[in-house]
Amino acid sequence: MIEIIDLKKKFDDKWITKGVNLEIPDGKMTVIIGRSGEGKSVLLKQIIGLIKPSEGKVIINGNDITKLSGKKLEEAFKKLGYVFQFAALLDSLNILENVGITLIENRIPMPKIIKTVKEKLALVNLPEDILYKYPSELSGGMRKRVGLARTLLTNPNIILYDEPTTGLDPITSRIIHELMFDMQKKLDLTSIVISHDVDIFKYADKVALLHDGKIRYFGDAKTVWESDNPYVYQFIRGLPEGPIKSEFTIK
Amino acid sequence: MIIRFINSIGQNTLNFSSIIGRFTLFILDFFKTLFSTKLKFSKFLYQIESIGVNSIVITVITGAFAGAVLAIQSYKGFKQFGGEEFIGPIVALAMARELGPVLTGLMVTGRSSSAIAAEIGTMRITEQIDALRTLCINIQQYLIVPRILAGTIILPFLSLFSMLFGVVGGYIVCVHVLGLNPDEYTSGIKELVEISDIRGGLIKSSVFGFILTSIGSFKGYYTKGGARGVGISTTQSVVVSSILIIIANYFLAVLLFGP
Repeated sequence: MIEIIDLKKKFDDKWITKGVNLEIPDGKMTVIIGRSGEGKSVLLKQIIGLIKPSEGKVIINGNDITKLSGKKLEEAFKKLGYVFQFAALLDSLNILENVGITLIENRIPMPKIIKTVKEKLALVNLPEDILYKYPSELSGGMRKRVGLARTLLTNPNIILYDEPTTGLDPITSRIIHELMFDMQKKLDLTSIVISHDVDIFKYADKVALLHDGKIRYFGDAKTVWESDNPYVYQFIRGLPEGPIKSEFTIK
Repeated sequence: MIIRFINSIGQNTLNFSSIIGRFTLFILDFFKTLFSTKLKFSKFLYQIESIGVNSIVITVITGAFAGAVLAIQSYKGFKQFGGEEFIGPIVALAMARELGPVLTGLMVTGRSSSAIAAEIGTMRITEQIDALRTLCINIQQYLIVPRILAGTIILPFLSLFSMLFGVVGGYIVCVHVLGLNPDEYTSGIKELVEISDIRGGLIKSSVFGFILTSIGSFKGYYTKGGARGVGISTTQSVVVSSILIIIANYFLAVLLFGP
């Protein structure tokens, strides 16, 4: 279980997260929803240790990740995978080098790297012929899958997805969701997904809604549509009226 | 009004101290990584090519023309009292001690410090640096050390080219434009220019190489915002590196050639 306890983050004079409390169950997919700019990505980066919180704890496997640094944080990273919003592939490297970067840096023999990378690409349904292509030569959906393949290389047991379907068409989004669900079941992963796409509720186990720096709803994904929680009711239906205020008004 | 003014002084002081603190930690981390981890040799060689080999042409052109201009300007003064034989040593000494290292430093700053800041800055805003961290890749070892080390080592070689072509530029002007005797130009150089002048110039260049690559890397690493942030980092890396090179040049001149 991942325990997030009273997590707060301040940038300059602005509090982004104002005390997030959440218990993310093992082996399940938890989706965090919320409006743009609410600090979902900041929350995710605090969970993985990329951003140090101002206050609070993130307990993963009994260790408070917010207190780790240097080698200990690196060790923790080995069990965690992070799929970035726009894949964050290195433009100067081809797909083989991007996916196999950790193996290359650890001086593993090239034939073994190629074999492992091909296996990971197959897991995310990508063909071998993209091995020597560069990220700029791939579509958005393919790049996201390469990002996932790169994450899978270290065999993590927890994967964090930062808006994995942003900028993709509905068909490709569905394919990515199914792929995430497959990975989840096949590899018995704990997944935390940030998304605006309500289609993901079909595949998720839990849903949390972040608003104004705090979790306003946490419940089963299967029953989220029946929930009368005013925040989640408004958000998933895209209603302009409700407790979530918008800076824009619809005439 | 007064409180706002005092506030702004306080805020700027805090910001400046924060930048100095971060830069100090960044450089300490560089040295720690340099001496405690294995050098990524292929990346180091790539940077040698990118910062050094690809800058040879601009270095040679600026060096040659600086030498030529220096020759033509000094000719006017020296001719008045028949001291044309001093033009050669003046050009050679100026190129070895000052113009070679400083011009090379400034030219490579414009070309490479900005490129380093833009490249690392783009990697920062597109989350490539975060991705490397989650993959347990040491950012200093992977991105920073090869660049700073390459800049520090390759700048003296570029400077040497600049010095050499500066002297050649001066020779061409003196002999082929002003019609001086070639021996007059070269004999003074042999007599008055010492190896310590060249050595001093090369030490300066090495320091300038360190400055321009470390500022470029630092500015890139701490880039914030989108494309505008990359633009700001790139501009700042050139401005700060150039100013620091000029300031460092004075202190190095006092240290290496001072009374």
